[in-house]
Amino acid sequence: MTRRGRAWVVGGVLVAALLILVVISSSIGQFHTNTADVIASLRRVLIEGSEPTANRVDATLWTIRFPRTILGILVGAALAVAGTVMQGLFANPLAEPSIIGVSSGASVGATIVIVFGISAVYPNALPAAAFAGAVVVTALVWMFARVGGKAVVLTLVLTGIAINAIAGAATSFLIFVGDTSSREQVIFWQMGTLSSAAWHEVVIVSIVFTAGFIGSMLILRQLDVLALGDKSAVASGVNVERLRVVAIVLVCLLTGVAVAFAGVIAFVGLIVPHALRLMVGPSHRFLVPLSALGGGLLLGIADIAARTIIPFADLPVGVFTALAGGPLFLVLLRRTLVKTGA
Amino acid sequence: MKPALTLKDVTVSIGGKKIIESVSLELHPGEVTAIIGPNGAGKSTLLSAASGHLRPTSGLVLLGEKPTANYKPAHAARIRAVMAQESGVAFSFTVREVVAMGRTPWVKEKANDDAAINEALDLTDIQHLAERDVTTLSGGERQRTALARVIAQATPVNEASVVLLDEPTSAMDVAHAEATLRLARDLAARGAAVGVVLHDLDAAASYADRLVLMDRGQIRAVGSVREVATAELLSQVYSTEVEVFEFGGRLRVSPLRASHGQIA
Repeated sequence: MTRRGRAWVVGGVLVAALLILVVISSSIGQFHTNTADVIASLRRVLIEGSEPTANRVDATLWTIRFPRTILGILVGAALAVAGTVMQGLFANPLAEPSIIGVSSGASVGATIVIVFGISAVYPNALPAAAFAGAVVVTALVWMFARVGGKAVVLTLVLTGIAINAIAGAATSFLIFVGDTSSREQVIFWQMGTLSSAAWHEVVIVSIVFTAGFIGSMLILRQLDVLALGDKSAVASGVNVERLRVVAIVLVCLLTGVAVAFAGVIAFVGLIVPHALRLMVGPSHRFLVPLSALGGGLLLGIADIAARTIIPFADLPVGVFTALAGGPLFLVLLRRTLVKTGA
Repeated sequence: MKPALTLKDVTVSIGGKKIIESVSLELHPGEVTAIIGPNGAGKSTLLSAASGHLRPTSGLVLLGEKPTANYKPAHAARIRAVMAQESGVAFSFTVREVVAMGRTPWVKEKANDDAAINEALDLTDIQHLAERDVTTLSGGERQRTALARVIAQATPVNEASVVLLDEPTSAMDVAHAEATLRLARDLAARGAAVGVVLHDLDAAASYADRLVLMDRGQIRAVGSVREVATAELLSQVYSTEVEVFEFGGRLRVSPLRASHGQIA
């Protein structure tokens, strides 16, 4: 089968899986419901136009579970698209958004508002500060990596390592000076969780995700050409310098909004594009849209696992993605190494 | 005839060191210009400056009659195609996908992509590799893929076209190396101005219309093959004895070699 054909098949399977996921994920929780309840409630509210809070089932589903499920899918999609753009930008399958400081910056921002008690008074300050931290630290990495108007991949990585270390130290220091309850809050935030999902968060994430996704769809062909190396990409008529700025802004937006509302969730941005590349090839015109679906599915599944593995406990979903993603990544890495004989 | 590409007094400094200094050069439509010279003479830097990858520290690069800065990147890429020394590809694209990337600057032109891609695959003898994963190819096959991409980008070739090749044959077997240089001649015959960096002096003397001899960042000599390819000049610039002689109706260039073990 051609790569195009395979991409359509994979896309179809992912869409179907996502729909099933929404129903299953929303049927699981402390208040007992089954998938038939979920479908019935969807029909009542969406088709018959009944109030989403008309009865206990509908209220539970529409105020707690649907926002959580949808937020999880959106966050996963944003992280995976950001990872795909990042790997294309660095022409390296091991690149991850955290390299350019998005996650460590968000951590600094979140920790500041938690430790100084701001988020206790203004709950919205937490995602705002996390997002601002992501943007500021990414901008710092970009600025320090520029030499003579250019930022090449290697200097970006090295600058990222240095700035990530500084941001990490700043976070540690803030945790040290904070009191016990804020320490606990920071640590849980850093593990990544969807437990506070609400509709207004879904709206914000879906707006930013849509913008980031459209932006990514506009640079597909140019991302492909970057695989030839900077020299050949420039000779092919790609404005590499501008592309790099655009791509980093997109990665920062997508990852920043995901981290802001769900905390640090590892490996989705790394593993999803990697796995899809094995299935449909490296062309970004397939990878970007499919990684949105795949990322949503992966985080959706991880969230189900996080809620059900330990009864009556909401395991941080970031712990689960790292726990499952790490070994999977090792397997993929070994396979690649064996195949290329490197 | 007006030059298709002009370098005017171009100097490129990296970290305060002048890699090439005050280089002026014209590439003419219908001509193959070979750039030769020892390692570190600045051949690739010259080509990088000509290809737009390196911005000259001072001096001017003109594409047609306008400075390259006046072109949009995609517009310049429709006129000027460049094969860099590195032919590696980061991800497992197929050969056909890589060659198709040569059509990137033509996206908005709704150009005849498939025909251009197939012609490039045929010309470089890689049609049979079209569906192969490019990361599994040999060095020579990868170079032919890069060449095919450059030819696809240069299509349609006309009198404004500029094709720059940096050591295009360095990993190829002798048959494909010769085919590549014949291809360079063929592009010139269709009107393109071709600039090619070569290490094989005999190939340069055989296939080029003009030779540019670089030495320590400057052009030491430029002119017809008979003007530049002299034993005295080459021996001096390369610091080794080089022979130049007539054989079979053309000029042959070869390093002076002892006949180790061939005597009996």
